[in-house]
Amino acid sequence: MHIKENIAFSENGFVFNPSTGDSFTMNKTGKEVIFMIKEGKSISQISDILRESYDVDLTTLERYLTDFLNDLNVYNLLEEEK
Amino acid sequence: MSRQKVTIAVTGLNNIDSPGPGIPVIRGIRESKELDARIIGLAYEHLEPGIYMRDLVDKTYMIPYPAEGKDVLFSRLLEIHEKEKLDMIIPNFDAELFSFIKLETRLADKGIRTYLPTLKQFEERDKSNLPLFGEKYGVTVPRGTEVFSIQDMHNTLKSMNYPVMVKGKYYDAYQAHSFEQAANYFEKLSSNWGLPVIIQEYIRGTEVNIVALGDGAGNLIACVPMRKQYITDKGKAWGGITIDDPALHQLAERIITRTKWKGGMELELIRTSGNELYLLEINPRIPAWVYLAIGAGQNIPEALVKLTMGQKVTPFTRYDVGKMFIRYSYDMIVDLDLFSHLTTTGEL
Repeated sequence: MHIKENIAFSENGFVFNPSTGDSFTMNKTGKEVIFMIKEGKSISQISDILRESYDVDLTTLERYLTDFLNDLNVYNLLEEEK
Repeated sequence: MSRQKVTIAVTGLNNIDSPGPGIPVIRGIRESKELDARIIGLAYEHLEPGIYMRDLVDKTYMIPYPAEGKDVLFSRLLEIHEKEKLDMIIPNFDAELFSFIKLETRLADKGIRTYLPTLKQFEERDKSNLPLFGEKYGVTVPRGTEVFSIQDMHNTLKSMNYPVMVKGKYYDAYQAHSFEQAANYFEKLSSNWGLPVIIQEYIRGTEVNIVALGDGAGNLIACVPMRKQYITDKGKAWGGITIDDPALHQLAERIITRTKWKGGMELELIRTSGNELYLLEINPRIPAWVYLAIGAGQNIPEALVKLTMGQKVTPFTRYDVGKMFIRYSYDMIVDLDLFSHLTTTGEL
């Protein structure tokens, strides 16, 4: 999974898609996940890191993570898998 | 380097909630480092705000409505030319372009230049000809047809699904969810803009527009795409942002190159959630949001003036992506004597 190359992120969590003009703001956790995806981490690695940082059970974490990744896809921020 | 002195007449001073492009065009010219322009406003209504923007418009003259015919317009332009020695006119309204295109040679003979599409180019992109245009140039357009009466529209709507777009010949478009609504809009649009009225398939998606400039030889001189961020109840962008979408640039290039378009152009498009692009309209002039293009690095009005003066203009190759415009309204205080002078003498 990859974030599209032209998507712009700022440190304060602002995301801009220059192809569509869409912009988003992310909370702290969303920002962390995005930056981990950009670093090339896998979903399971991201999940492990988040479980270490937050007091959350695996089921809840996976549900939120899946929802978040789905949102990234819906909002056209992810590179299409070849 | 000394700046080039030039006297430019500009229409479209109606800087209202559905603004004409005159004022943003003038702002671009005023910001040029190469031009030293005297701006002559040409107005149809006494309350067009641009008339009273004295820092932008040096002098304004009232001109007759297009409905009065091109000869009446020509006479009035000659009166103004005698006083002002116009180098060029930049018309900014769809409804007046036909007259100005027809007058192009006569104006040129008097030393007044214009930079306009040919009549064939102008008519080819007309709303009522859009399906043919799409076919010819390989552009997807919504299904649509022109109607000349309520009965005509009734028959057309039998084979379409609601909502539909009901569009005026020159301006205005409404979304209709029933025949009754469509009939109401038909009456309104036909009384304002005449016939035909255009019935168009409604396409759901994100509205994106492109401002482009062609040199008449098939070269795309300028091109800036914008996504509307805030849309008024009249469908006008009140806020927008420049975007970087190669498909939009390619589309503009294809149209400008293949039509050999001369002058400014606005492409109105919808991008669907399935990423399909539909061309809704081609406006044969610079749009009112052109100041965004200027702010993003392409001073299209300045380039248009230089082309009009017969100078070579190097095509723009870049613009700032993510540059936004936010429109605002502003109240001017105007003394009655200015208004009375304009209404009694036809100039200010």
